[in-house]
Amino acid sequence: MELDFGPAVRGFRDELRDWLAEHLVGEFAEHRGVGGPTDGAAWEVRLAWDRELAAGNWLGVGWPQEYGGRGLGLLEEIVFEYEYARVNAPYRATGNALDLLGPMLLKMGSEAQRKRFLPPILSVEELWGQGFSEPGAGSDLASVRTRAERAGGGGTSFEDASVEGASRPTGVENGDEWVVNGQKVWTSFGVHADWLYVLTRTDPDSRRHKGLTMLLVPADQPGVEIRPIRNLAGQDEFAEVFLSDARTDADMVVGEVGQGWRTAMATLGIERGTTLLPQQLTFEREAEALIGLARERGALDDPMLRRRIVDAWISVRIMRTTNLRTIAELTAGRAPGPQATTAKLYASTRHQQLGHLAMELAGPAGQIVGEDYGLDTRQRSFLLSLAETIYGGSSEIQRNIIGEQLLGLPKAPRP
Amino acid sequence: MDLTFSEEQDELRKVVRSFLARHATEADVRRLAADPSGYDPAVWRRMATEIGLQGLAVPEKYGGSGFGHVDLGVVFEETGRALLCAPYFATVALAAETLLRCDDERARTDLLPGIASGETVATLALTEENGRWDEVGVHLTAHEEAGGWRLTGVKTYVFDGHLADLLLVAARTPSGVSLFAVEAEAPGLARTPLPTLDQTRKQARVEFTNTPARLLGPEGAAWPALERTLATASVLLAAEQVGGAAAALDAAVEYAKIREQYGRPIGSFQGIKHKCADMLVEIESARSAAYGGLWALDAGDEAEIAISAALAQAFCSEAFTKVAGDNIQVHGGIGFTWEHPAHLYLKRAKSSEVLLGTPSYHRELLAARLGI
Ligand SMILES: Cc1cc2nc3c(=O)[nH]c(=O)nc-3n(C[C@H](O)[C@H](O)[C@H](O)COP(=O)(O)OP(=O)(O)OC[C@H]3O[C@@H](n4cnc5c(N)ncnc54)[C@H](O)[C@@H]3O)c2cc1C
Ligand SMILES: Cc1cc2nc3c(=O)[nH]c(=O)nc-3n(C[C@H](O)[C@H](O)[C@H](O)COP(=O)(O)OP(=O)(O)OC[C@H]3O[C@@H](n4cnc5c(N)ncnc54)[C@H](O)[C@@H]3O)c2cc1C
Repeated sequence: MELDFGPAVRGFRDELRDWLAEHLVGEFAEHRGVGGPTDGAAWEVRLAWDRELAAGNWLGVGWPQEYGGRGLGLLEEIVFEYEYARVNAPYRATGNALDLLGPMLLKMGSEAQRKRFLPPILSVEELWGQGFSEPGAGSDLASVRTRAERAGGGGTSFEDASVEGASRPTGVENGDEWVVNGQKVWTSFGVHADWLYVLTRTDPDSRRHKGLTMLLVPADQPGVEIRPIRNLAGQDEFAEVFLSDARTDADMVVGEVGQGWRTAMATLGIERGTTLLPQQLTFEREAEALIGLARERGALDDPMLRRRIVDAWISVRIMRTTNLRTIAELTAGRAPGPQATTAKLYASTRHQQLGHLAMELAGPAGQIVGEDYGLDTRQRSFLLSLAETIYGGSSEIQRNIIGEQLLGLPKAPRP
Repeated sequence: MDLTFSEEQDELRKVVRSFLARHATEADVRRLAADPSGYDPAVWRRMATEIGLQGLAVPEKYGGSGFGHVDLGVVFEETGRALLCAPYFATVALAAETLLRCDDERARTDLLPGIASGETVATLALTEENGRWDEVGVHLTAHEEAGGWRLTGVKTYVFDGHLADLLLVAARTPSGVSLFAVEAEAPGLARTPLPTLDQTRKQARVEFTNTPARLLGPEGAAWPALERTLATASVLLAAEQVGGAAAALDAAVEYAKIREQYGRPIGSFQGIKHKCADMLVEIESARSAAYGGLWALDAGDEAEIAISAALAQAFCSEAFTKVAGDNIQVHGGIGFTWEHPAHLYLKRAKSSEVLLGTPSYHRELLAARLGI
C-alpha cells in the first residue's frame, strides 16, 4: 500500500525513507516485523534498534524540541508510523514510554518532570513500566488499593539527584517523600523497567475514582521487587510488582494529588487513539502471508476456506479504511467519529479470527514448535492475539463504553 | 488525502435528511409500499426541482449538477435511512450510470437531461429468470431489421420496470452483449409488476416481443460499461444499506432506553447493551466499506473501484441484515408485528442483499479481482 499524505510532508517522508533504507540493515533487517505491543521477542536487538533510531533523532517526532523531539505535527507522526510499519522495522521496545507515559507527561506533567524524564526516554536511557492493574483491580481500575503516603524526613528532589546522575532518592534531608505499599500486576516489560508510573490511593478514606494519585516511582530500590510472569506464549513478557515501603520524591506526582484518575484516563485515551495504524499494517502483512500459504497448500480450491480467506482480507481492508477515516478527521482538526472507538473491538476480534485461520491452514506442521518452546511468527502472533481483547480495555468493557458513551444507553444500577 | 466529508457534504446531508423527514415519513413509506406504483410523482418532482437529487452526479453539460460520487453516496445513505419509496436507485444508480458509462455521446445528450430534471424515470433491465448479474446471464436477443433493432425475450426482477419511462436493456446480438434503449410506449412491450417481499422497492417482469429498440454504443461491446456500472451501483447500494442499518440501530437504542423490564430499562442490561454496541461496530465497519468505495469512485482508480465495490456489497449486505434482525430482537414481541416499522428494515435489508447479486457472489468477484 502507498499512501501519500501530501506535498507538505513529502520531504519528511523521503528523509525518513532514506534513513530507514540506510539503517535498517544487518541484524536489524533480520528482525523485521519482530515484536509487538506485548511481545518480548528479541528484546536486546530491538533495544539496540531503538538506540539507532534515537541516534537519528527519530523517536518523539511530535514531541517538542526542548525535550529532544522533532517538534513536528500530527501528520508527520502519522507518516512516521506509516513508513516505519511499511518497511516492517522491529517493534519498538520503548513503545510504552513513547506511546503512553511521554504523552501523559506532555499533557499532565510539570515542566520539571518533562525536562527530567522526556529526554532519557528519547535517548533510550530509561525504560518505563505501567503500574495500573492490580490483582483486585483489572477492568475495574478505580478499585486500586496500592497505598501511597507522605512521610517526612527523607528524600531529595529529583533535580538534585539528576545532577549526581542517580535517579532515585538518596535519603538526604530536604523535603519529604511518598512511601508506597501494594502490588501491581501484568506490567508489560516490567523486568526491564527503570521507572514505573503507578496509580496509587493516597486518601485512605476515599472510594473509587476519588483519592487516587499518579506517582513516578524508581524501580531500582529495595522497596520495589519485580518478578516476571510467563505468558501463554512462554515469554517472560509481563511482571508482577511488589511495592513494600517503596519511596519516591514528593514532586513525583503527575497532575494533582487526588486527581490520579484524570491523569490515568488521559493515557488510556491516548492508548485507544494512536496505536492502531502500525498494528493494522502488520495485520495486512499477515493476511497476505495467509493468502500465500493458502495458495501453497491448494486451500483456495476449498470453497469454505476460500470464503474465510476472503473475509480475512475484507476485515483487514476495513480496518485500514477505518483508520484512514480517523486520521483524516484528526488531521482536519475534527473530533474523531464513533469509528475511532469501535476500531479496537473490530480489529482485535478480527485479528484473532485471522490467527485461527492461519493456524488451520498451517496444518499439522503448524503444531510443531522449536526448542525451548520457540514459536514461529504465525504461532506467536496467534497466541499473543488472545491478549488483544483483554488489555487496553477488554472487549466487554469496550462494549460498555460504546453502549453508554456513544449510544447513550443507561448504566447498570450499582449494587 | 481526503477521507472525510467536507462541510458542503455535511450540509447536503442535512438538507436531504430534512427533506426526507418531511416527504418520506413512515406514513408515506407505508402508503407507497401498499401502492402498486410505489412512488409519489409529486415528491419525485420536488426531489429534482428543490434539491436536484436525480441530477446530482450527472455532469452539467447533460443538465445535472456535476457533483461526485461521495456526494451521491451521502444522498443514498439518507434515502436508505428513510426507506424512501421512489425509483431513485433504478434511475440514478443504474440507468444514469449506465448512460454515463456507455460509449454513446448522442445517447447521453438525448437521455440524461430528462433524468436529471426528474422528468424521466429510468431503469436498467439486465437480469432474467436465471437471476444472474454477470455477462453469461444475458440471453434476451436483439436482431437488426430494415427499420432498426428489435428485442425479443424476457427480463425480470427489473427495479421499477413497471413504471419506468425509459428502459436500458442488455441484450445479446451475434457479436456479444449490447445495450439498447426502449421507450415505455414501444410496441410489443408487456410489463407486469411483481409483488415483492420488500414492498418499499418495486420490481417487474418485462416481456419484449419484436420490440423496437435503439442501440446504444457499438454493438456487442456493452459488457465492460455494464460491469463498471454495476460496480458503481454496488457502492451506492452499500451506502443505502449503511443508512438503513443506522436507522435500525437508532430505533433499537431509542427503544432500549425507554422499555423497562425487571424494573429498569432493557438497555441497562448487558445482553441488550452489548448487542447494540456490536450493531454499531458492524455499522461503522460497513461505513468504512462503503465510504472506501465512494472515495475510490471519485479518485477514479479503476482497480481500486473494482475491488472496493465487490467488498462493499460482500460486507454491507450482511451487516444491514444482521443489524435489522437485531433491531427486531431488541424490540421483543412488538418488533414482530406488522404495525411496527422494524420489519420494513429487515425486508429492505434482505432484498438489498441479493439486489445486485448475493454476498457470496461478491466475495467471488472480490477473490477473482484480487487474484486469490
Ligand atoms: C498482555 C497483557 C499486557 C498487559 N500490560 C499491562 C501493563 O503494562 N500495565 C497494566 O497496568 N496492566 C496491564 N495489563 C492488564 C490489563 O489492563 C488487564 O488485564 C485488563 O484491564 C483486564 O483486567 P483483569 O485481567 O483483571 O480481568 P478482569 O477485569 O477480572 O476481567 C475478567 C473478565 O471479566 C470481564 N469483565 C470485567 N468487568 C466486566 C463488566 N463490568 N462487564 C462485563 N464483563 C466484565 C472482562 O472483560 C474479562 O473478560 C496487561 C494485560 C495483558 C493481557
Ligand atoms: C409469535 C409470538 C407469539 C407469542 N405467543 C404468546 C402467547 O401465546 N402467550 C403469551 O403469554 N405470550 C406470547 N408471546 C409473548 C412473548 O412471550 C414475549 O414477546 C416475550 O416474553 C418477550 O417479551 P416482550 O415482547 O415484552 O419483550 P421484552 O421483555 O420487552 O424484551 C425486549 C428485549 O429485551 C430483552 N430483555 C428483556 N429482559 C432482559 C434482561 N433481563 N436481560 C437481557 N435482555 C433482556 C429481550 O430478550 C428482548 O430482546 C408471543 C410472542 C411472539 C413473538
